[in-house]
Amino acid sequence: MHITEILFWILTALALFSALMVVSSDNPVHSVLWLILVFMAITGHYILMNAQFLAIVNMIVYAGAIMVLFLFVIMFMNLNKDSEPQKSVWLRLAAVVSGGSLLLILVAALKDNGGYINSMKGEGSIGLIKNLGNTLFTEYVVPFEISSILFLSAMVGAVVLGKKESSTPAA
Amino acid sequence: MSKFVFLIPLLPFVGFLINGLGRNFLSKTFTGIIGSGVLVASFVLSLLAFSQVSEPGFTVQVINLFDFIKVAGLNIPFAFQIDQLSSLFLLIITGIGSLIHIYSIAYMHEETPAHFARYFAYLNLFVFSMLLLVMGANFIVMFIGWEGVGLCSYLLIGYWFGNNSYNNAAKKAFIMNRIGDLGFLLAIFWMLSQFGSITYAEVFAKASTAPVTVLTGITILLFIGAMGKSAQIPLYTWLPDAMAGPTPVSALIHAATMVTAGIYMIARSNVLYSLAPTTQHLVAIVGIATALLAATIALKQNDIKKILAYSTVSQLGLMFMALGVGAYTGGVFHVMTHAFFKALLFLGAGSVIHAMHHEQDIMKMGGLRKKLPITHITFLIGCLAIAGLPPFSGFFSKDEILAAAHDMHPIYYALGVITSLMTAFYMFRLYFLTFSGTFRGTEAQAEHLHESPFSMTFPLIILALFSIAGGWVGIPAVFAENAHKLSAFLLPVLPERHQHHHFSHSMELMMMGAVVLLIVVMILIAAKKFASVKSSEEKQLSGLGKFLANKWYVDEFYDLVVVKPVSQLAAFLSRVVDQKIIDGLVNGVGKGVQFSARQLRWLQSGQTGSYVLIMTVSIILFFIFQLLWKA
Amino acid sequence: MPIIPVNYYIFLSLALFAIGIVGVLTRRNAIIIFMCIELMLNAVNILLVAFSKMHHVAAYALDKTTTVGTEAQLFVFFIMVVAAAEVTVGLAIIVMLYRNIHSVDINFLNRLKH
Repeated sequence: MHITEILFWILTALALFSALMVVSSDNPVHSVLWLILVFMAITGHYILMNAQFLAIVNMIVYAGAIMVLFLFVIMFMNLNKDSEPQKSVWLRLAAVVSGGSLLLILVAALKDNGGYINSMKGEGSIGLIKNLGNTLFTEYVVPFEISSILFLSAMVGAVVLGKKESSTPAA
Repeated sequence: MSKFVFLIPLLPFVGFLINGLGRNFLSKTFTGIIGSGVLVASFVLSLLAFSQVSEPGFTVQVINLFDFIKVAGLNIPFAFQIDQLSSLFLLIITGIGSLIHIYSIAYMHEETPAHFARYFAYLNLFVFSMLLLVMGANFIVMFIGWEGVGLCSYLLIGYWFGNNSYNNAAKKAFIMNRIGDLGFLLAIFWMLSQFGSITYAEVFAKASTAPVTVLTGITILLFIGAMGKSAQIPLYTWLPDAMAGPTPVSALIHAATMVTAGIYMIARSNVLYSLAPTTQHLVAIVGIATALLAATIALKQNDIKKILAYSTVSQLGLMFMALGVGAYTGGVFHVMTHAFFKALLFLGAGSVIHAMHHEQDIMKMGGLRKKLPITHITFLIGCLAIAGLPPFSGFFSKDEILAAAHDMHPIYYALGVITSLMTAFYMFRLYFLTFSGTFRGTEAQAEHLHESPFSMTFPLIILALFSIAGGWVGIPAVFAENAHKLSAFLLPVLPERHQHHHFSHSMELMMMGAVVLLIVVMILIAAKKFASVKSSEEKQLSGLGKFLANKWYVDEFYDLVVVKPVSQLAAFLSRVVDQKIIDGLVNGVGKGVQFSARQLRWLQSGQTGSYVLIMTVSIILFFIFQLLWKA
Repeated sequence: MPIIPVNYYIFLSLALFAIGIVGVLTRRNAIIIFMCIELMLNAVNILLVAFSKMHHVAAYALDKTTTVGTEAQLFVFFIMVVAAAEVTVGLAIIVMLYRNIHSVDINFLNRLKH
């Protein structure tokens, strides 16, 4: 077994286990922390696939900024205790069964695939910032600019939503 | 000439737009001036066109305005044709139209400004449509005008829409016209398929190539159209009812112009008719039968406008007989003279009705000679003209028709003479009952009797002059050679009647004299019987008189045979088919949707969890379905 | 040279996705559900990168200068951008919700229909 394969299996196991923990842990703060772990594992996978730029972005934006935002909101609203009422057992069973069936059916649909991935020496420049940046600012400059507008509107939306209503009394 | 011709119909249309759109804020003076002004302007243009047409060396002008319908190989241009026939009609329509517009200003002065403007808008629209009808260079443009005048007739008959019986009269006119229009439309389709074109020039050029049966079919269908518009048996009953409209409308539409559209159409397509002798016979027979029937009915009517209406139907019948026997010029000539004296008579009747405060029963009039001097004189001239005494215009046109009828068959001649005699009788019955003897109305009416204002008497005077002199353009050869100017003028469009027998001039003069003598006798009988009627009490009618007074019970017959079964069928359709079946279907769909919506409502629980669950299950089902499908 | 079939990545991605679905279905805490959605988005990202790599490897064997697969990675980048925006607004909505009904239980969200 090559070192790459070993790493692949370790990261996979970590990702799956952490994901399960995200779903099953009672405390939201724990969920967030487990989710950060999932993202780290996924970052590892990106590195294995020679997608360095995405790995870094994933780490910084997702595991860093977004998860901190989650954590902040949870702390802010003081939700870290286990106050969540449980759904009924039957509903949860139904949920697990349907999720499992979805997995099964998707695997059945996609399994006949002969592609493979190997790590060769000298290849893999596409995942580097130079190549991605070139393409992003030439071919994809319009979507890039549009996404900046999206950010702007998201910002405005967040401010508008988060503002305390002063004129109308709270419902 | 093509530079200004399009203005002739456009001006009334502009008047229609101004009066129609601005009716809520324009003053009566303004609408009156606009309404009449555009007509006078287009009359001047028509005069200009006429003078150019009558210059020697004039050839038919077709003015293409734009392509109206252009599909595959079919091209129907929106084109006007100016020739002798259309220019003559232009003069009649715009000239008499102008006079009647001016007359209307005074006649309708009691209306509110909005209704006054509505009246003038309709009237302008009517003139516009009528001008399209006569100016069109193909049957489609003619049909547009044809429909337009039908619509305006409907609108104007139902002008006082507060009165339901007027509305019914309007609907009756419209529906009867529609029956005729269907025939016209079918004829247009048939011509298109036969000749591949509906432009006059092309159709008439190719006419002789078509088989006689086809031509007969086309001409009969065209004639059915003419029957509806020009009130011939069996579609004539709408015209007397159309008198519900204001009197100037009756004068313009239901006497002088619109009802002669059928004559114009047949005269225009004389090439086709000359090639289909069967249809010609049919036209002549229907024409003379209508003339007789309407004349007998007119003998016993008491409503001043109804008498004039039946007289119109009768005169139209005479014109159709002229067309049927091949005397196209005679028919058109009579259209012209009839337009003068019938418009005069209607406007005179309007003046009387105006003075009598909307009393129309001649039994309640009498002795109006002193109170309404101008109306009296002009009305008398009109009566003399329609009765056909020389030298009034009616004499010449009627004489030409009778001569042509005699050429075809003496029976036509005899029936024509009988109609003329009856015409003289009932017209002078009307005249004497209205203007002679003593007044039989109420005291209040007697006090208010007055001559109409100048804007009403002015058109009367003009029309009276034309009723006298209008016939002088068609003096028969028996008096002077080459004096029939109208015939010479129309020769390029309307063929000369080929005469079977040539009478000696003395024979012709003798027959003419005999007819005139008989007419004078008729007038004297009428004078003796009706000049000094004292009471407005009607004699109890019996037998034939009652039969005639009730208009041969034709309306009742139509009611029984057509209207009742149709309304019963409609009631059946409305009660059973519409309410039960169609409403059932529609309501059933609604109820079904409501029911299924109630059943589906539990899905919309508002629980996001259940939405996601349903979504997931659906995705699974889709995939399973697809996998199974592939296998 | 190590050879990893792309199927492995597909299975990993699908497993993460299914876990995300199960999370959305079982939990009632809006924030956790939100995190599960992030998890599903990341599962898709892995798949995209894996396919990008797979095509790149296949093309690289023929041409050493190929850039096949760049678009997929850019796509992942845009997904991240959109996710970030989405998280911003979503969290703002949750804060708003909490302020109004003092709970982040999505079962109370059905009050929106009243």
